[in-house]
Amino acid sequence: MTMLKYKKPIALAFGAIMGLSVSTAFADDHMSDIVHIMPQTDPVEKGMEKYAHGDARSGITYASDETRVLQMDDFENPAFLWVEKSQEEWSKVDGDAGKSCQTCHGDVEDMKGVGTVYPKYDPEVGDLLNLEKRINLCRSEGMQATPWKWESDELLGMTALVKMQSRGMPVRVDIEGPAKEYFEKGMEYYNTRVGQMDMACKHCHVDQNGNYMRAELLSQGQANGFPTYRLKWQKLGSLHRRFRGCNNNIRATKLKAGSPEYMALELYVTWRGNGLPVEAPSVRK
Amino acid sequence: MAKAPKPRVKAPKKAEKGDVVTIKTTISHRMESGQRKGKDGKKIPKRIINKFEALFNGKEIMSANLFTSISANPYIDFDMLVTEAGEFEFKWYDDNGDVYTKKSKMKLG
Repeated sequence: MTMLKYKKPIALAFGAIMGLSVSTAFADDHMSDIVHIMPQTDPVEKGMEKYAHGDARSGITYASDETRVLQMDDFENPAFLWVEKSQEEWSKVDGDAGKSCQTCHGDVEDMKGVGTVYPKYDPEVGDLLNLEKRINLCRSEGMQATPWKWESDELLGMTALVKMQSRGMPVRVDIEGPAKEYFEKGMEYYNTRVGQMDMACKHCHVDQNGNYMRAELLSQGQANGFPTYRLKWQKLGSLHRRFRGCNNNIRATKLKAGSPEYMALELYVTWRGNGLPVEAPSVRK
Repeated sequence: MAKAPKPRVKAPKKAEKGDVVTIKTTISHRMESGQRKGKDGKKIPKRIINKFEALFNGKEIMSANLFTSISANPYIDFDMLVTEAGEFEFKWYDDNGDVYTKKSKMKLG
């Protein structure tokens, strides 16, 4: 922890400007000494301004031109193969309750803005929920249908479809109240060295973002584009799959998708990108 | 991805005579190369889209033979000179004998 720079998190200041209530009590505790995003000296590339917010840069600003072209055109974006399937799924009745997503939520366009606030604390469930868990809860409780498997095409497609409705809107996850506990747990995980290589998330995504690790350009590790179509995977993938990949790369134990640690980490990582536009479904290398 | 391949096509509904239009197509397909092993250690049999055909008013305007190294969910686009109104027909030939078809109409004017 000797590498810590004594600096208040930039995103906190932005949060205050945007009217998000960020408690000052939080700024006093030791965690606030951690730099969340390494300020970049380079200005944002021309034409990419909307994918940046303060010092936060979306992953697309690190992507190659070819990959960007794929994401920008909804037809060329391969993720839409999944999204279009889920569009049909939206109005399909499933489960014993005889309901579809549409029965409760209306048209999928009405889900505008929903993608910006997850993961969030749900007082009814008494736990942190991300969009995947929310959808599955809808299925098991509301529709009395079997929940989808975490990395299944159905769940990924539906998550992308719902999140997509908020495209362009700024991410604004709330870390106040009961969510704070999860947030701090996530931040701790983010900054804790793990695995054989003894590295934490921050060593790549805070200290070295914008630099190359062999042939890989390290990004800030922002979550605004997930679920993402990754060319390496040749399918949509969730944020937790990416977490597992990162853990694997640093020779650390991979945790289960949806585990409490990853849920807390998701909240923290998403919060780092507060203000960035929702991009789902994005395309990455 | 999904079990049943799903074709998608983006072709213009309307065009002027003499226009050059771009037609974009894609299909969800695993494009199993035959080189991979499954969890049980056995080879997964090869199954790819081996041929793509585009017809306009029944006449072939473009076709392509695809081979093992094509990535999943193949994306093909091409340009066409518009001479008349009519109907597109796109065909994807699967290794297992299935043919997936999608049609789209284009008007002049």
